[in-house]
Amino acid sequence: MNNKFKRLIPQFFTLLLVVLIFGFFTFNAQVNMDNRGIDFGFGFLKQEASFDIQFSLVDYDGLDPYWWAYVAALLNTLLVAVLGIILCTIIGVIVGVARLSSNYLIRNTAAWYVEFFRNIPLLLQIFFWYYAALRALPLPQDAEPLLGVSYLTIKGFYIPAMIWENLNIFLYSVILAIIGIVIVRTYARKLQENEGKQLPVFYISLSLIIILPFLTFLVGGVSLDFEIPVIKQLSITSFTYVGGIGLPPELIALTLALSLYTATFIAECVRAGIQGVGKGQKEAAASIGLNPNQILKLVVMPQALRIIIPPTTNQYLNLTKNSSLAAAIAYPDLVLVFAGTALMQTGKAIEIVSITMLTYLSLSLAIAALMNWYNKKIEIKEK
Amino acid sequence: MISKNFITNLYLGLFLILVSLIDVSLNSFFKLNFTNFLPGSISFFLPLILGTIGLYLIRSDYTGLKQLDILNKNVNTSNFNAVLTLLIIFLIIKAIPPSMSWMILDANISGDSREACTGTGACWTYIKVWFRRFMYGMYPNELHWRINSAFILVIVLGMAGLLATEKLKKYLALYYVIIYPIIAFLIIYYLISGGAFGLEWVETGAWGGLSLTFIVSFFCLIFCFPLGMIFALGRRSSLPTVRYISIGYIEFWRGVPLITVLFMSSVMFPMFLPEDFFMDKLVRVIIAITLFEAAYCAEVIRGGLQALPRGQYDAAKSLGMGYWKMHIFVILPQALKLVIPGIANTFLALVKDTPLIFVVGLAEIAGMLAMAKTNPEWLGFAMEGYIFASIIFWIICYAMSKYSYNLEAKYKTER
Repeated sequence: MNNKFKRLIPQFFTLLLVVLIFGFFTFNAQVNMDNRGIDFGFGFLKQEASFDIQFSLVDYDGLDPYWWAYVAALLNTLLVAVLGIILCTIIGVIVGVARLSSNYLIRNTAAWYVEFFRNIPLLLQIFFWYYAALRALPLPQDAEPLLGVSYLTIKGFYIPAMIWENLNIFLYSVILAIIGIVIVRTYARKLQENEGKQLPVFYISLSLIIILPFLTFLVGGVSLDFEIPVIKQLSITSFTYVGGIGLPPELIALTLALSLYTATFIAECVRAGIQGVGKGQKEAAASIGLNPNQILKLVVMPQALRIIIPPTTNQYLNLTKNSSLAAAIAYPDLVLVFAGTALMQTGKAIEIVSITMLTYLSLSLAIAALMNWYNKKIEIKEK
Repeated sequence: MISKNFITNLYLGLFLILVSLIDVSLNSFFKLNFTNFLPGSISFFLPLILGTIGLYLIRSDYTGLKQLDILNKNVNTSNFNAVLTLLIIFLIIKAIPPSMSWMILDANISGDSREACTGTGACWTYIKVWFRRFMYGMYPNELHWRINSAFILVIVLGMAGLLATEKLKKYLALYYVIIYPIIAFLIIYYLISGGAFGLEWVETGAWGGLSLTFIVSFFCLIFCFPLGMIFALGRRSSLPTVRYISIGYIEFWRGVPLITVLFMSSVMFPMFLPEDFFMDKLVRVIIAITLFEAAYCAEVIRGGLQALPRGQYDAAKSLGMGYWKMHIFVILPQALKLVIPGIANTFLALVKDTPLIFVVGLAEIAGMLAMAKTNPEWLGFAMEGYIFASIIFWIICYAMSKYSYNLEAKYKTER
């Protein structure tokens, strides 16, 4: 009884403290809002937003309600996050492997890359790319075509747009190919476990993913056209490109800065992961007659991945959260559009900041849950 | 050992490498191209091809020539490596002339107005003219000694702990956790913002530049550390209420970006305070960053707590120590030693995050750069400004990361 009581008292006081703090804040907020004549509520989400978003993935204009502006802004944030994650993984893996190279120059170049980009604040890097580096690009009328079809200009990066016919048939075929690959892989694993035979899974998968979609072009009525950006004169001095897809310079600067910065951390994770696999493992694998390719695929990578994935997940989370720096260079992401413009217009500080924070929180938790699930799947199942 | 054949190969290979390097250098430094007679793409790739063949010819497992063996072992183990080596060398040669001429040869540093910048290179005059602004923000020029002396005082007081004798050492933790933050706060408050002791009042809106970075990161560090410790202990507590509240706190702050926290501090925070209570924007920002960083700090400290073997807890308990006694005298001293590198990393992240206070209108160095950049007299020097700021931050962060390695080595105790 005495012991139980001893455990209850501190818990009671902690709870009381938290309740008191929250109560104090709520009370103040209530008083302040009464004084200023603001009422609490989320009704404003249905009102007309009447501001414009420069760049959005969905159809949006000023007549749409606030919640639709929220969706458009959230999609912009996700776009940067996804592009950044893809790019930083590619750079990070290359640099991480390069840091372990036997070549002195490559090793040190990679090390300097990491030391350099890691120690400069991300915001300064974003500013550097946006205000200094991308401003040095040519005007639309002076731009040289890259690979003949895309233009890198001060107003953005213009790339050809794809115009599909019967896109759904094509997508079905891709899904079919993926299902086929999964079946082949399961069969191959079973075959290896039961009879010790190995199938060339990689080549079968590759041919499946190429041949099936390709067939739809021949027989499924799918066709693909490219719409190449063409220069158009708006006035005597002002030019722009029409047709194709125009990526705004804000998006380019943000993606570049985010991925170059995050790649340094991923490179370190990758290096630690590969170094973390004991030398004995490789030697043991070699001594049972596996070739270098098999050693990498069957022995080193599965173990290294287990070390690499948890910290890398953290970096992906950081990248997603850091994408909110977009607000500093006016890329219309969630923070700029919603916690910026919408907040200024409605004055609903508490509601809007809470929605923004909760969105990032759930985004973070979702990525963390996804990666935890994957991590659990590949972890060692001890017998 | 070395066959005659190989000697011939060696000379031929070295000659080819030399030719390729000379070709690239001439091209880069003097804009000459002595392979003009070849078609465009071949002329472009010629040095690479020659160099690769050259490196192929001099490659050998063991020759007995020391320099050659080192060269082969380090940069020339396979064709792929050879190509990469050459590409990196060529890239460096190609990059030197333009960057040198931009940064040094064609740059201007003399003079103190825009007219002094006539060259095609960088305009370091811009940095020179704006230097005080980048360092001290809009703080009045003749009062800069106050910022300097406040910093010196705070640093000296921080060092005072090193001089403590054996007898005073047990109070060191008390000094650093409670007394030092209070004294430092009073020094910075009275010396920099003034308003007492005959010092002129300078409002926080005028603070800025690099000194503001230091002030913000200093306060956030000293406040977030004790707070983080409390939440780390809370997360490992056996009391469910305490544990869940700590987990909730940590996961919440770790899940949101700092920029939204800053927005919260500037627009949402005033709503939560009593009506007639005014809190300075800088104070609000420092509180917000402290709450935010405390969550990261807590996770780092928790790592240290978890790394301690169970025996330490059991031993302390068997001596009859209670919860607080056990943690203060046995667990925390050991755990904190373990987490020094982690704490240093958190602090590094904190310093790198401070430019963000720019988004709520505090003119820290990034804010001063934005201000200088849009000054009509000094348009078009964004590049110089960002390079300058990047160099400063790079030096600070690099030095700190190296220092944390040293600390880690110093406090390493054998187990």
